[in-house]
Amino acid sequence: MTGWLPEFFKPAKGLRLLAQADSASGLLAGTRLSGPMPWVIGMMVTLTVIALAGGLALGSIAQGAANELANGVTVQIVNANPEAREAEAERAAARLRATPGVASVRLVPQAEVERLIEPWLDGQAGGEEAIPIPALVDARLSAAITGETLGALRKSVREVAPSARVDGQSAWLRPVFSAIDAMRWLAIGMVALLAFALAAAVILSVRTAMGLNRETIEIVHLLGGTDIQIARLFQRSVAVKALVSGLLGFLVGAGVVLVFGNRFAALDAGLLSNAGLGLGSWLLLALVPFLGTVLAMVTARLTVLRALHGML
Amino acid sequence: MMTASDAEIVQFDNVGLRYGSDREVLADVSFTLYPGSFYFLTGASGAGKTSLLRLLYLAQRPSRGLIRMFGTDAITLPRDRLPGFRRRLGVVFQDFRLVPHLSAFDNVALPLRVAGVSEKDLTKPVSDMLDWVQLSDRIDARPAQLSGGEQQRVAIARAVIGRPDLLVADEPTGNVDPEMAVKLLRLFEALNRLGTTVVVATHDVHLLRKVPESLIMRLDKGRLSDPTGALRYPPRRSATGTPA
Repeated sequence: MTGWLPEFFKPAKGLRLLAQADSASGLLAGTRLSGPMPWVIGMMVTLTVIALAGGLALGSIAQGAANELANGVTVQIVNANPEAREAEAERAAARLRATPGVASVRLVPQAEVERLIEPWLDGQAGGEEAIPIPALVDARLSAAITGETLGALRKSVREVAPSARVDGQSAWLRPVFSAIDAMRWLAIGMVALLAFALAAAVILSVRTAMGLNRETIEIVHLLGGTDIQIARLFQRSVAVKALVSGLLGFLVGAGVVLVFGNRFAALDAGLLSNAGLGLGSWLLLALVPFLGTVLAMVTARLTVLRALHGML
Repeated sequence: MMTASDAEIVQFDNVGLRYGSDREVLADVSFTLYPGSFYFLTGASGAGKTSLLRLLYLAQRPSRGLIRMFGTDAITLPRDRLPGFRRRLGVVFQDFRLVPHLSAFDNVALPLRVAGVSEKDLTKPVSDMLDWVQLSDRIDARPAQLSGGEQQRVAIARAVIGRPDLLVADEPTGNVDPEMAVKLLRLFEALNRLGTTVVVATHDVHLLRKVPESLIMRLDKGRLSDPTGALRYPPRRSATGTPA
């Protein structure tokens, strides 16, 4: 008989009531799932999911690299004489093994070093006529490297291997970390901008709906309806739209993230191998449509209350 | 100067109203409405009847003067207390002001829903009220599907469904046939006997004779005339508020 709901002015409780909530907005004309706002919210959620996934992936890359490299020390033996270079490398490795706080030491085989740099030397690595390649010793400390520990290691290693260069591995990638950090902030900024854009879309939509329903709002006011009751009608209508379109937007965004994730995973290239999203990241992404819904509801409520404040 | 008491439903004291910088549409309006009384507000078109009613149903604040409603200063009343006052009023608008996309049933049920009455508890009174105004076969019709007279009856049903303390009706019988006009007037009288103060604005002088115990307020160019003194010096009233 009616499009009304039982207890229609009381707060909706959970997803079960969403369909009812949209029906409750039957008092308002022209506010059903139509118009551009659901599309805009869906697209905003898609873009937010992609931007947030990018930020999380960059964080994962930075964290993975930092974990791998934070305790790492590389010793290069830069000596043109192969025998002397090999002897210095052996002594450096032995000194490192004897040093307290060094967890592991690996003398990188010369063949592995040559294979690593082969793409850059076009097959000229190794052999008598080849360009001399430094010997490498890879060491892991039991704690993160500080300037002090690195200085002490340098001094200690150079006592037995004068041509040794000792570097913390994380120092090489400092500019990369800095760039990753900047990109993460960019992602955070994009998410914030998208949230603002979503709120702006809701404000415009609610104002339009209020204009269409001005007469009804006045009638409800004159019958003793409170501002909160009227605001609740709008926020429920907006909540239904935001949640439905937000979930669809999330599915699209998640699909895009999966496709790009697979593409990057296929690269199997150094730092990018850490770019995968864990369960925690996916749960955070899954929250986006719900957070978008809450933002849309709060925006709708505040917009209506602010507008009604000017009415008697 | 009149003295206010909590027994008075409404007290206007030297009230003036102007829109913008135009001349006052109401000037020096003073009267008191007592519980359980029945008032007719008459006057020529443009005399200010609708403006006075807008002040009564709190859709407008006056430019000057004092208005007390239900023992409270209505002019300085904070916005958040207005809904509580409005729920004690029933209003029949001259242009009906039905919600166009709601059925007759939902329009009549609106005040009860606003007041938080559950669906279970409102179905019967709304159906009974629609039955009383002879619209029980039109409960699903929207205003556009109803005639002017039917819309007016829906508007009246909506105004009285909540048993208001004060019923304000602007030309409530303007679009109905004489038989229905009398019937509606009997409804107002029945409400009045239950304690509702009734104010009916009308052009129809014949209507005034139908309620002999009513008091007449006449507006002329924004000024209220009180030829019998009944408004300023109303008849002594019994403890229940009815004329002694």
